[in-house]
Amino acid sequence: MAFTIKVNGVDRTADVDGDTPLLWVLRDVFGMTGTKFGCGMALCGACTVHLDGTPTRSCITSIDSVGGAAVTTIEAIGNTPAGQKIQKAWLDVEVVQCGYCQSGQIMSASALLASNPHPGDADIDDAMSGNICRCGTYVRIREAIKQAA
Amino acid sequence: MILDQLAPDAAGTRLSRRGFLQAGAAAGGGLMLSLRLPIANGEAGAADADGFAPNAFIRIERDGRIVLIMPYVEMGQGTYTSIPMLIAEELEVDLKQVQLEHAPPNEKLYGNPLLGGIQATGNSNAIRASWRLLREAGAVARTMLAATAAKRWNVDPASCRAQSGEVLHALTGRRFTYGELAADAARMPAPENVPLKRPGEFKLIGTPAKRLDTPAKVNGTAIYGIDVRPPGVRIATLAQSPVFGGGVKRVDDTAAKAVKGVRQIVRLDDAVAVVADHMGAAKKGLAALVIEWDDGPHAKLNTKEIAEELEKATLNSGPVAQNIGDVDKALASAVTKVEATYELPFLAHATMEPMNCTVHVRKDGCEVWVGSQAVARVQAAAAKTAGLPLDKVLVHNHLIGGGFGRRLESDGVIRAVQIAQHVDGPVKVVWTREEDIQHDMYRPYWFDRLSAGLDEKGMPIAWNHRFAGSSVLARWAPPFFRNGLDPDTTEGAIDLVYDLPNLHVEYLQVEPPGIPTAFWRSVGPSHNVFVTESFIDELAAATKQDPVAYRRGLLDKTPRAKAVLDLAAEKAGWGQPLPEGVARGVSLQFVFATYMAQIAEVEVSKDGSVRVRRVVCAVDCGTVVNPDIVRAQIESAIIFGITAALYGKITLKDGRVEQTNFDTYQILRMNEAPTIEVHIVQSSEPPGGMGEAGTSAIVPAVANAIFAATGKRLRKVPVDSSVLKQPV
Repeated sequence: MAFTIKVNGVDRTADVDGDTPLLWVLRDVFGMTGTKFGCGMALCGACTVHLDGTPTRSCITSIDSVGGAAVTTIEAIGNTPAGQKIQKAWLDVEVVQCGYCQSGQIMSASALLASNPHPGDADIDDAMSGNICRCGTYVRIREAIKQAA
Repeated sequence: MILDQLAPDAAGTRLSRRGFLQAGAAAGGGLMLSLRLPIANGEAGAADADGFAPNAFIRIERDGRIVLIMPYVEMGQGTYTSIPMLIAEELEVDLKQVQLEHAPPNEKLYGNPLLGGIQATGNSNAIRASWRLLREAGAVARTMLAATAAKRWNVDPASCRAQSGEVLHALTGRRFTYGELAADAARMPAPENVPLKRPGEFKLIGTPAKRLDTPAKVNGTAIYGIDVRPPGVRIATLAQSPVFGGGVKRVDDTAAKAVKGVRQIVRLDDAVAVVADHMGAAKKGLAALVIEWDDGPHAKLNTKEIAEELEKATLNSGPVAQNIGDVDKALASAVTKVEATYELPFLAHATMEPMNCTVHVRKDGCEVWVGSQAVARVQAAAAKTAGLPLDKVLVHNHLIGGGFGRRLESDGVIRAVQIAQHVDGPVKVVWTREEDIQHDMYRPYWFDRLSAGLDEKGMPIAWNHRFAGSSVLARWAPPFFRNGLDPDTTEGAIDLVYDLPNLHVEYLQVEPPGIPTAFWRSVGPSHNVFVTESFIDELAAATKQDPVAYRRGLLDKTPRAKAVLDLAAEKAGWGQPLPEGVARGVSLQFVFATYMAQIAEVEVSKDGSVRVRRVVCAVDCGTVVNPDIVRAQIESAIIFGITAALYGKITLKDGRVEQTNFDTYQILRMNEAPTIEVHIVQSSEPPGGMGEAGTSAIVPAVANAIFAATGKRLRKVPVDSSVLKQPV
């Protein structure tokens, strides 16, 4: 059946099974490829988006569970104050290497900063340990979050 | 490795400009510099028969843009920044003025001189291969542009100066942009013997210039292979035979076909793919398939048998990789003897971007979209699979979401072409994470047997090392496997930094059945440095000597190695007290033409769990092109290596890989990441490789720290916490 969800402020409709993960609706139906596929089991965080500001793994979030929640993706996170600060810090600190996981990292970090303007190391560990980076940019992610705060 | 043995010209300074650089007009009216990078595998002569066969190109457009046709790919290592820095330095332009274009597949044109002419990015050698040539090209272009301006002004070229993409005449304040000069410059002969800047004159090289590829990677606009969407593309996912070498016996696809969005089921000999409108439907369809497999000859294969086979192989002698002095004689006279065996497991690459490839097979041609470290191989593999001539296969290369050696292979491309041959229109084949981990091509399993003889002072007078495992190079580039040896498999086991009067190293090639092997970040050294640096630590421990002081006593002939060891020890506070359960371990290596020492500070808890708290790394990689990228690569490589040290293990049971996803193939996470300090030795030596060295160095440093903390020697990775657990 058709589902209409609000993505980055715009209503969009997908005619898919209700159990289809939001990730694939974003990437393959809407063509928004900034949100990445990593594991399909909420183990790596590459697919992180915000639902009403809450970081959410889109690979295990079925489209029929989204309802009226506002979906925010990497393509629009720069429009939020926290997202803008995080993106800038990511570039200032040169966090990025291959970059594939960074959409998810930035979405998790932006949600952290929006809810906690001055996160400490333990807060960063809690918020970011669900996001795997195979290039091992953790040292710089920590630094960038602190810089953005 | 390959550096010295395969391409002496590329590493040294014996290049003459004649024959490797030409200047001429670009299609759009600008200046085109065509470069000839030396290729060591003999092709150079044939190509040169026509006079001049360039393999890299720099265009200076009339609007002032500088375009580099780039033979290397970006996979996070910063090559899209550091390579343009070489040109920009001598050309006197801002780094941001240099634009990159992916080189199309053409091994004759774009072959990597340090990989024997194979068009590939790997073995940490992009900078090493282009360090001198690209700077010379920049200097030649700058000289031609300045001469063109001087001619127009009718002044002495020596009175003209190049700066920020312009030529200035200081006396009169006149100036031309490069764009204004490019067309006329193209009509000048390329000058000979243009001097290069001395290191003290560098403005860009040696600075932490900002990366060029990152802005698109923080806002979701960067396009990786997995992101391509040619019009009408379908999405497919697949199940391949769970046992390598097995096949499909029977498929019931009734339920799969009934899934909304599923368009087609493609059955191959050894795999089944579900083609759908989107990956959600494809995965649901895959789950609904009932497949009966014929497991084939490896149905009962377990890792244990492979390990036993390797262990057995090391009981017999093999080809000699290096021999110095007389080890047997020295062993016989030794005061103390030390023996040990080591084992390293199969490892998956687990790149964050799962394997994927998009293919459109038409009657008369084939189009491929992929992120590859070896794009000419992709073209060849696609052409062979599709039964097409090379020139009918068009390959679009993309950003790589993690390579680490995985994307030097074309198995995923072959698979995608096989599927696409059954599909009308383009199809993107995306592997699930489970498929990616269970059908990787793995870092080989290794078994090592060592013995050493020590003199009355405890110093080594004999070093005997024999090891068995797969030679990846023998498959990947057969000409480089000679007399049972190859330069990758032995790197880090031979030419040690230590002054060992009697050394004997043998390698036995044993290819494991039922599991494919491939290069993995830090390649040969990922194995050898763990073994040699653990064993040297054992020798120090056998005679109760300090591991740093012991190593230091063997370094009089390798001052650069001694310097990095001293620097790391000083910065780490070697010898200073630490809390209970915490200890330091050291490693030292010279691989990828880079000297590196690491000191890991490791905490072992009572339950046996290991945490790496802090890593100090000292590196001498010769001239540093971009120190921030060097730091980033070392940080990255260390985290990558800690994952291997603590968790990395691929095992086979009944022919099947037991690990499936990040729950069973764990990757180090933020809450486990150590602080990392990198100290760079200033040097004007030629640059060394930087993308991998940190990985091979960290694993023994962690193992040696665990020994220091617990007295337990880790001779098999990954860490087995049950061995380290303290009795309650």
